[in-house]
Amino acid sequence: MKRLTVVSLALVFCLAAVIPARAQQRDAISIVGSSTVYPFATVVAERFGKAGGFKTPKIESTGTGGGFKLFCAGVGVQHPDISNASRAIKASEFETCQKNGVTEIVEVKIGFDGIVLANSKKAPPLSFTSKDIFLALAKEVPDPKGGEALVANPYKTWKEVNPALPDVKIEVLGPPPTSGTRDAFLELAMERGALAFESLKKLSKEDAKKFQKVFASLREDGGWVDAGENDNLIVQKLVANPNAVGIFGFSFLDQNTDKIQGAKVDGHVPSFENIADGKYPLSRPLFFYVKKAHVGVIPGIQEYLAEFTSEKAWGKDGYLSEKGLIPLPEAERKKVAENVKNLVVLKEAK
Amino acid sequence: MSKTQGHPRAGKTPENSRTIAVVRASLPRRYRSERRFRLLGLAAVVLSLGFLALMFASLLANGVSAFRQTEIRLPVHFDPEVLHAEALAQADYGQLIRASLGRLFPDVEGRRERRELAALVSSAAVYDLRDLVMRDPGVIGQTREVWLKAGADIDMAVKGHFRRDLPEAERRVSDRQFAWLERLAAEGRLEKRFNRTFFTAGDSREPEQAGIWGAVSGSFFTLAVTLMLSFPIGVAAAVYLEEFARKGRITDLIEVNINNLAAVPSIVFGLLGLAVFLNFLHLPRSAPLVGGLVLTLMTLPTIIIAGRSALKSVPPSIREAALGVGASRMQTVLHHVLPLALPGMLTGTIIGMARALGESAPLLMIGMVAFIVEIPKGFTDPATVLPVQIYLWADSPERAFVERTSAAILVLLAFLVVMNAGAIWLRKRFERRW
Repeated sequence: MKRLTVVSLALVFCLAAVIPARAQQRDAISIVGSSTVYPFATVVAERFGKAGGFKTPKIESTGTGGGFKLFCAGVGVQHPDISNASRAIKASEFETCQKNGVTEIVEVKIGFDGIVLANSKKAPPLSFTSKDIFLALAKEVPDPKGGEALVANPYKTWKEVNPALPDVKIEVLGPPPTSGTRDAFLELAMERGALAFESLKKLSKEDAKKFQKVFASLREDGGWVDAGENDNLIVQKLVANPNAVGIFGFSFLDQNTDKIQGAKVDGHVPSFENIADGKYPLSRPLFFYVKKAHVGVIPGIQEYLAEFTSEKAWGKDGYLSEKGLIPLPEAERKKVAENVKNLVVLKEAK
Repeated sequence: MSKTQGHPRAGKTPENSRTIAVVRASLPRRYRSERRFRLLGLAAVVLSLGFLALMFASLLANGVSAFRQTEIRLPVHFDPEVLHAEALAQADYGQLIRASLGRLFPDVEGRRERRELAALVSSAAVYDLRDLVMRDPGVIGQTREVWLKAGADIDMAVKGHFRRDLPEAERRVSDRQFAWLERLAAEGRLEKRFNRTFFTAGDSREPEQAGIWGAVSGSFFTLAVTLMLSFPIGVAAAVYLEEFARKGRITDLIEVNINNLAAVPSIVFGLLGLAVFLNFLHLPRSAPLVGGLVLTLMTLPTIIIAGRSALKSVPPSIREAALGVGASRMQTVLHHVLPLALPGMLTGTIIGMARALGESAPLLMIGMVAFIVEIPKGFTDPATVLPVQIYLWADSPERAFVERTSAAILVLLAFLVVMNAGAIWLRKRFERRW
């Protein structure tokens, strides 16, 4: 017993002695951030590591906001080198970065992600306008009887929203408030739908804050269901319930075309081509941000950037497009790649 | 009592026979209620076993197919034109595969069709070929039959997850690809073989290349740290509190706190770990060492509580006898009490470890929810653990990850069953009853 205690104590001290020495160096790139960019960044990282020469980067899926928090905490090996984001960096995050000495950040736009509304193959295909989406999902909508007043959402079925839609109960499974996909959905679909009303358009000019509250408040009477972060689960629920509509990233539609179908939005189907052309309205750019101070300190950052921005990765027929990333237009790809090569630093956040 | 004593033949009195009649009359009702109670208990057991069986059945149904992977046998010509001796690692192995497929299906033309043909074989197969050539450069110039992994979609199609009767646009495997697969199968070039990669590889974004070994190693290092720290500390704390500490206000307070800690949600320990180990002590992120420290905090209360109750169950006569023959208090504890309490403490430890093995929430905070391809070799290498691997795969869009998720859960369950069985065996083997 005594020996056991002595041995384990010795081990503990050995460990404690070893760690601080090791903590001062790092030979693999450390990446944090968005779970939407994660499936793409990991593919690049894996290929980059397999090609030899450098260790495979470590990628944490922390969410966009969580990623920036870690990324902007400072310069040094204990802080990550790259942060993935499903939206551009916010001014407040940029400021935090500056304050903590992360003054030089390189922004890399990598492509688009479509947000799809889909339902089961067993049900007829749907076609929404963004106005329909707003009317079906907002907590308060303009009074259907006329007038400018906002009333609690009275619509129970899709048919009440738009006579062209089927007569089934409104039931939409969507991402929870912590998700970047939800933020993007609110901005792309709900805001667009709200602006289709004259009264709300006026409101947006007069009182932006109140307008934000109108389009960003989703109904809480069961029409909208927070379905958790797991998009595979939403797909399964759609298969089980043909009346439900689900909201998730394009790659999940792409993988499950035998079970579910994407709804048209404003007349366009969510297809690879339509998202790339910018015809399909619900698409958002994806980014990652690089700490310039770490380039040259952590081995392989520049090579990783080169791999990510190579045509065989993010090009039209690149391996990222096979994973569901919608590439940028060719001219923009060239421009971004050029900026990345020269490590052009971001001046300010939008 | 005095009444019955006064009447030795009590059964005969009218008063007593009335009691007996009342009891008799109520007997069937009491039997019935007992039967009902037993039935309810049995129903509860059957219900929980039923759910367990359902879970196992669905996991097995989904997961067993992941232990086998579709492979395609190709006659690969190791073309010296492609493989230059000085740059074997950087050679274009994809070209070897494409050339080999082209020889098998010479009538395939057009860019789109060739792409579909190339997609039969996994994009990760090039690394297998590379390893083969690096191991044995003698193959250069020869043609060999090589089993290569099929692509994930092809694997799913062979396993019957894509229905062929759907319109072509709605499935990920085209009619042409199905036809090629049929031909390959007829020629004996298509087989489902044991999926070794699943047990030997680290994580990957290509399902056919993904394995759990990285996560198992990570779990091993993490739990090793947890065991090395939590067992000695937990046992020492339990012995001190139970055998040496003077009972009083302070020990009561400590006891209440330990019991509270045992019920604290595990994510809280993750937050604590982030604040103390990462931000204050600057230990590396994503390291099994930090994971082990966090899980130590989480399992300590369990071990202390189990240890104390094991010590309590050692009868005082043992201590008194030892003290009586002149042993010091330390000798009493170390030579007599602790050996008798150890089986109970070990059981508590193993159950605590099994809980730690299945934990993922606290590890999120310290960066162990991460994509890590390389297999960790030590306590400070970036690593992830089994439950986290399951969580990451469950969230992946690729269809082939569905079966791998279930298979990984089966592996995790196997470890848990082994650990819990070990705890039961230890208890049975060493437990002493008084």
